[in-house]
Amino acid sequence: MSTLHTVNKSPFERNSLDTCLLLIKNDSTVLLIEDGVSGALQNTTASQSISDAMQEGVKFAVLGEDLNARGLSADRVIDGISVVDYAGFVQLAADHDNVQSWL
Amino acid sequence: MKFAIQINEGPFTHQAADTAYQFTKAAIENGHDIFRVFFYHDGVNNGTMYGVPPVDDRNVQALWSDLAEKHDLDLVVCVAAAQRRGIMDEDEAKRHGKGAANIAPKFRISGLGQLIEAGIQADRLMVFGD
Repeated sequence: MSTLHTVNKSPFERNSLDTCLLLIKNDSTVLLIEDGVSGALQNTTASQSISDAMQEGVKFAVLGEDLNARGLSADRVIDGISVVDYAGFVQLAADHDNVQSWL
Repeated sequence: MKFAIQINEGPFTHQAADTAYQFTKAAIENGHDIFRVFFYHDGVNNGTMYGVPPVDDRNVQALWSDLAEKHDLDLVVCVAAAQRRGIMDEDEAKRHGKGAANIAPKFRISGLGQLIEAGIQADRLMVFGD
């Protein structure tokens, strides 16, 4: 059963992304929103754990509006993370069986 | 698809109130139904009509009221959370001896059962908070 996990905290401030990645199943998707979008950037202390999870089959997405609001351009995002808008967020929620918000 | 929305955060805490609104709007625009929006914990602060944010700031309460007016949304404020934070309709204000109601247009006050029902009836329960 696939789950969409939303993470809204920066991995440099809270450990919610780490906890999420510990428990996630490989048919699931992590959507980074709000301050969580900074986790999607290349060459940070969070990049390796995201790459590792990708290798396991976990999919990643990031909310483009929240990247833009923080002055972060999409070309700084780790390869393989898809940039979605709010309609894409809705679609991800519909496409998975469950949604888990890591608050 | 039927979505239920739970909001645990007020409009001036962080970003969750805005994300919840943008998600709900996008869901409607893409043909989905919103079974209910449930305001819980500090989220009840989205439902006061006495908030007067500066004119160049977004007014989350007004955005919700407008969206509910347009799409006939069910905006429910948790009664226990609302009492603690001074969000009242006419009946509650009278019952507690307060001067006036302050609940915003299209919002209503009800109990936690409304959240449980939304979780059961909707295909997805989306939780937004801090």
